[in-house]
Amino acid sequence: MTTPLPARRRIGPALTYLSLIVASLVVLVPLAVVFLTSLKTSEEVADGGALSLPGDWLNFGNYVTAFNDGKMLSAFVNTAVILLFSITGTVLIGSMTAYAIDRFHFRLKKPVMALFLIATLVPGVTTQVATFQVVNSFGLFNTIWAPVLLYMGTDIVSIYIFLQFIRGIPVSLDEAARLDGANSLTIYWKIILPLLKPAIATVVIIKGITVYNDFYIPFLYMPSEDLGTISTALFRFKGPFGAHWENISAGTILVIVPTLVVFLFLQRYIYNGFAQGATK
Amino acid sequence: MTETTRTAPAKVPRASAARGGAPTPDGGRRGGRMLRRLTPWLFLAVPLALLVTFTYVPVGNMIYYSFTDWDGVSPDRHFTGVDNYEQIFTRPELFRVFFVSFYYLAASAVQIVIALYFATVLSFDLRLRNLFKGILFFPYLVNGVAIGFVFLYFFQDGGTLDSVLSWFGAGSDHAWLGDPESANTSLAGVSVWRFTGLNFVLFLGAIQSIPAELYEAAQLDGASRWQQFRHIIAPSIRPVVSLSVILAVSGSLSVFEIPYIMTGGATGTTTFVIQTVKLAFQFNKTGLASAAAVVLLLIILLITWIQRRLVPDEKVDLV
Repeated sequence: MTTPLPARRRIGPALTYLSLIVASLVVLVPLAVVFLTSLKTSEEVADGGALSLPGDWLNFGNYVTAFNDGKMLSAFVNTAVILLFSITGTVLIGSMTAYAIDRFHFRLKKPVMALFLIATLVPGVTTQVATFQVVNSFGLFNTIWAPVLLYMGTDIVSIYIFLQFIRGIPVSLDEAARLDGANSLTIYWKIILPLLKPAIATVVIIKGITVYNDFYIPFLYMPSEDLGTISTALFRFKGPFGAHWENISAGTILVIVPTLVVFLFLQRYIYNGFAQGATK
Repeated sequence: MTETTRTAPAKVPRASAARGGAPTPDGGRRGGRMLRRLTPWLFLAVPLALLVTFTYVPVGNMIYYSFTDWDGVSPDRHFTGVDNYEQIFTRPELFRVFFVSFYYLAASAVQIVIALYFATVLSFDLRLRNLFKGILFFPYLVNGVAIGFVFLYFFQDGGTLDSVLSWFGAGSDHAWLGDPESANTSLAGVSVWRFTGLNFVLFLGAIQSIPAELYEAAQLDGASRWQQFRHIIAPSIRPVVSLSVILAVSGSLSVFEIPYIMTGGATGTTTFVIQTVKLAFQFNKTGLASAAAVVLLLIILLITWIQRRLVPDEKVDLV
């Protein structure tokens, strides 16, 4: 292949870049427009077109309104608390399960595995009708513990991630520690858990983003306005702000920015994490 | 801890007899043995309790409720046999929601094709490759409610879409969310915007795990890009694609967030899950809603089963 079809060689890459640019615009334009809108005054929103530029690029008034009137502070706090508990819980539960299943022989091991496996097939959205009754009977309805328990208790993906990883940790380490007189709990806590760090990072990222973005569970289980999470607090913008798109846009951007920051800093881990999580 | 991390690679041969079954120094004592037996259960107690409480008990209850006329609050409920199931399949307004899924199913097909295209393109060396990868993936990470608002503004009269179209001289005052067909298409479009990134990253990961020598060999043999795709890429990403298809099908059946946030299920955009949630929590028809949920669960199990039949999953290597 010495230089045949030079024209085609140049057109091919050009078309490739064109398709990439078009796709990028499709992704970015809707977001950018909302960002522009968030900087406009309500008159600018009413009079100008969607793609017009804001008169004052430093008009952050809408953000203040959205943050205060939209109860975003308590939403961020609630979300943070839920994140803290559900992520800690998921990591502990997932790693304990993986440890028990991989490192011990016991009768009923296969049935226990099957129990976890079959549960992956049951999509959470379908069972909420009945889960709601269970949560309600514990008196957890409209408390922060309902989502925490649900996020902790139904995360089988993270168990798989830990299980995969724990297999790579040589059993000889356990045995050496056992000869030194360590019991199983010490081995789990002092040897296994520290070695699981990469898997923990993956689970924390996937779980963190999933919980931060979840709307369904807080919407169903925490209708009280004081218990708003990021998603439900933003959802409530629909009522009082009516057609005040500048405020709704500001709230939307407030919710997206943390995700963007996390994404920019943890890109590599996020790609790997979701690839691992979804193929389980 | 530092010295132990170095020894982590998975190469160490594992005699399965050594796993946990190793004789302990105090193996002779009865108490010790009892404790050894109990240990795994100590670790499994909480996870199993949560699993049973929040997955198996609800599934069991749901099946039971589906045969009753319970309203979710009152203490008495009557056994009504298969009446709820009959209603689901005979009342057209309940059955209709299944058809909405076809919009999302079509959207998933589009989404997988787009994702495949960009994964292939970006698996080759390109300028700004990471930037494009990031941009394409980012929507998947964005909060669903935020996406809902972004696209409400996008589709509203004189909103983003209308403005962009008028630039190209195709201005219209079509109410995008105004009639069922256009509304469902628009919403399905949003779901393409949101989920393409995940499929794309999955495919890209699979493509990049193909050894580079294969491409080099193919290039030496004069294979075109298309031939490389057809004979090298396609076979090696088949498992991931089939997984995505399954996720897409069950995802299309259980769409909730985007239509609920954007239209609340108005103008014929009610999906199966929106209807179930409304039946259960607005109209207090727990029995009927449970039956609907059982039907959905069965459909999804059936699809998964078919997939396992068609594409034996080599990934299920637990235990």
